[in-house]
Amino acid sequence: MLRVENLTVKFPSRFGDVTAVEDVSMSIDAGEIHGLVGESGAGKSTVGAAIIGLLQSPGYVSDGTIMLGETDLRSLDRFEAHALRGKRISMIFQDPQTSLNPLMRIEDQLVETILAHEDMSTAAAKTRAVDLLEEMGIEDAAARMQSYPHQFSGGMRQRVVIALALCTNPELIIADEPTTALDVAVQSQVLGLIRRLADVRKVGFMLITHDIGVIAQIADTVTVMRHGKRIESGPTAQVLGHPEAPYTKQLMAAVPPLDHKIDRFKVPEDDSMAAPGKSKGDRAEAWLLGGERQVPIGLTLDNIDVTFPGVRTTIWRKPEPFTALSGISFDVRSGSVMGIVGESGSGKSTLAKTLTGLIKPAGGTMTLGGLVLPGGKARSRHHPSRQLIQMVFQDPFSSLNSRHKIGAILSEPLWLYGLVKDKGERRELCADMLGLVGMAPEAINKYPHQFSGGQRQRIAVARALLARPKILICDEPTSALDVSIQAQLLNLLKDLQSAFGLTVIFISHNLSVVRQMSDDVVVLRNGRIQEQGPSERVYQEPEADYTKRLLELTPTMPSTWIQ
Amino acid sequence: MLAFIKRHEGLWLFTRSPAVMIAAIVAIAILIGAVFAPWIASVNPYDLASFSLMDGLLPPVWEEFGTEKFLLGTDDQGRDMISSILYGARLSLIIGVSAMIIATTLGVGLGLAAGYFGGRFDALIMRIADIQLALPAILTALLIDGIARGILPPEMQQDLRVVVLTLAIALSLWVNFARTARASTFVQMNKEYVQAAVMQGQHPLRIMFVHILPNILGPLLVIMTVDLASAILLEATLSFLGIGLPADSPSLGTLIRIGMQFLLSGEWWILWIPTLFLIALVVSINVLGDFLRDVFNPRLR
Repeated sequence: MLRVENLTVKFPSRFGDVTAVEDVSMSIDAGEIHGLVGESGAGKSTVGAAIIGLLQSPGYVSDGTIMLGETDLRSLDRFEAHALRGKRISMIFQDPQTSLNPLMRIEDQLVETILAHEDMSTAAAKTRAVDLLEEMGIEDAAARMQSYPHQFSGGMRQRVVIALALCTNPELIIADEPTTALDVAVQSQVLGLIRRLADVRKVGFMLITHDIGVIAQIADTVTVMRHGKRIESGPTAQVLGHPEAPYTKQLMAAVPPLDHKIDRFKVPEDDSMAAPGKSKGDRAEAWLLGGERQVPIGLTLDNIDVTFPGVRTTIWRKPEPFTALSGISFDVRSGSVMGIVGESGSGKSTLAKTLTGLIKPAGGTMTLGGLVLPGGKARSRHHPSRQLIQMVFQDPFSSLNSRHKIGAILSEPLWLYGLVKDKGERRELCADMLGLVGMAPEAINKYPHQFSGGQRQRIAVARALLARPKILICDEPTSALDVSIQAQLLNLLKDLQSAFGLTVIFISHNLSVVRQMSDDVVVLRNGRIQEQGPSERVYQEPEADYTKRLLELTPTMPSTWIQ
Repeated sequence: MLAFIKRHEGLWLFTRSPAVMIAAIVAIAILIGAVFAPWIASVNPYDLASFSLMDGLLPPVWEEFGTEKFLLGTDDQGRDMISSILYGARLSLIIGVSAMIIATTLGVGLGLAAGYFGGRFDALIMRIADIQLALPAILTALLIDGIARGILPPEMQQDLRVVVLTLAIALSLWVNFARTARASTFVQMNKEYVQAAVMQGQHPLRIMFVHILPNILGPLLVIMTVDLASAILLEATLSFLGIGLPADSPSLGTLIRIGMQFLLSGEWWILWIPTLFLIALVVSINVLGDFLRDVFNPRLR
């Protein structure tokens, strides 16, 4: 039905044309779900945009053919292309928050779209809209249609978006990361819906995603892309289960499995930055091991509650406080990795902020070794825990000050805590620490924007280590990274943890990643602990219903696929 | 050269917009003229001995009776217009730039602190700013001018004219800086690099000035240019109203006020030439300000 041949897309820039997609061919039949996988910058979204004719200006299709049935999409003029969009091809975007107009009722958005493409009465269009929403699994659709987008939950909103994409019976739907913004349970419902639409309505789907689990679960065929080129394509089980291209093999090796724990990811180390023959961080290693060898210390949380002031609804009544964390108690053994897992809104990040003294708990105590940790502003700037607890943040693009050189960023903890007095010595140590995290020491003279996300996250790890911490908190350290970079960073964290006996608190929404990293695990939901225990026990024999459901719904691939 | 320009986004945009290039040339030419006025100008308009009443009211060179000695004519005192304008621009720029620097320092300091500490301190600063905004800038300036006249001994008033005027203008402009700095600081406070610094236990002053300030310089730079133009205009307005600089040390505003008297008597150049000069200066600064805003805000591009 859809046939793409030798598609090439170029973007003119002031340095000449940049080729975003080169010589990509694929075909999608009616009722087929075709997955398009690749890491960021692979050009997957650009392929989707080129097919639907919504390439971002000034990009253009420079070569190739795109045929939808008998129609040559490249030969259409602006108006014909506009008429075809929505009618025969539709699109589902990543973020249901922004792909619906917040000021229009759902009904108006659906009816408007139907009337734009079909000659029918408004009443008939309304009936069709209700039918569609019901088909998408929205109950009481006729009444719900009067609501505005913000009155729907994320998953419901994505169903509305899918209804909107379907309302003119298109032959092809391009879904660009349709479930990335959704929680696991909602994701599995939306994926089920997509599968059903393909089977029942015979709609062809192009499913663009970076999540190999999702592809493995519902795609019939798959195309792997990298740097704008097609690497490998074919039936999903064949391409992902028995990959031929070296890149696909690497990619599969980097995917963290959910059903067992592996020692290390078998991915090539990123050598592009580490110059051969340069220091491998021996000095930094000796320095880290050298410090006063204190008694190993663990962290204990006892009945921690955190509340936020609620939203005031009337001026007469005090607003109800919102409980973010309630009765959180756990022990982190010295030298172990504690995994904290939960969906968005479960209070994971609030927990990290409470531990680091950014948020004041309403009740409960935290103790680090024998030391009681005061909460929030009560923890003075000179409290020893400021040094002993360090953190690696989620977003590598905002966690380093973009106006400071790497050298300045790294040496900050050294002078702040008075660890190294001499300026030259600080510099040498910072450079060597970069070697330890797998980067070239020359990086100290550069600015953060000169590095990729993965490299910046390594710098953030180096900054945390330079404080000589006892506890390292990692809050979603890999969620902004591609899967192969994630594997490298996880390997690095594992190596550092075992080499220096660090106590790590590893926070993530990704169950597979937490399983690979942690010795013990805490499952959080709506600010309460659902289950805790040694992580292999929790993953193999979950006790809480919530944990069982989470594990069941997370998209996985057959274990035989992973070498 | 071309490769160098292409590498720098701002320079590249600059070479592609003729209006901005013209504005930059005008602004730089005026700046050079003002800075080197004592060497460029043929007479010193502050020195009564250097000009003669006999040369009074001569028109520009292209008009009848114009002479090459006074290319743009003279005023009623016989002062060369070019020299007066260069010296006037010099005074206007000195007052404008110093007022802007004082307003920036005050506004950014208060705005950063308000954004960083939040809560009651923030509320206090912002309410003061609100009160300030409720008064037109010119009223604030008049008020400060009046207070200065009341408390300073008469013999000092003449000497401190420029200082009082500068302070009056600065105090009516700081609010812009405070609001922008506060809003930008709020944005930066949520960034993880600031949280990292807070978590490490760094001193609040260091977090404010070493970490946050360099990251909010972009929007502040834009306001600095736009407010420089406002400061120059405000000075001209005050001088035009007669509460700024006196006729014996004329700024651009004073020159325009003097020229007003000749508006209806045919000697148009005395009014129009300093006016056009002021417009050229302010417009080119504003164009440069808009350009900077585009450079710093990729979404508007």
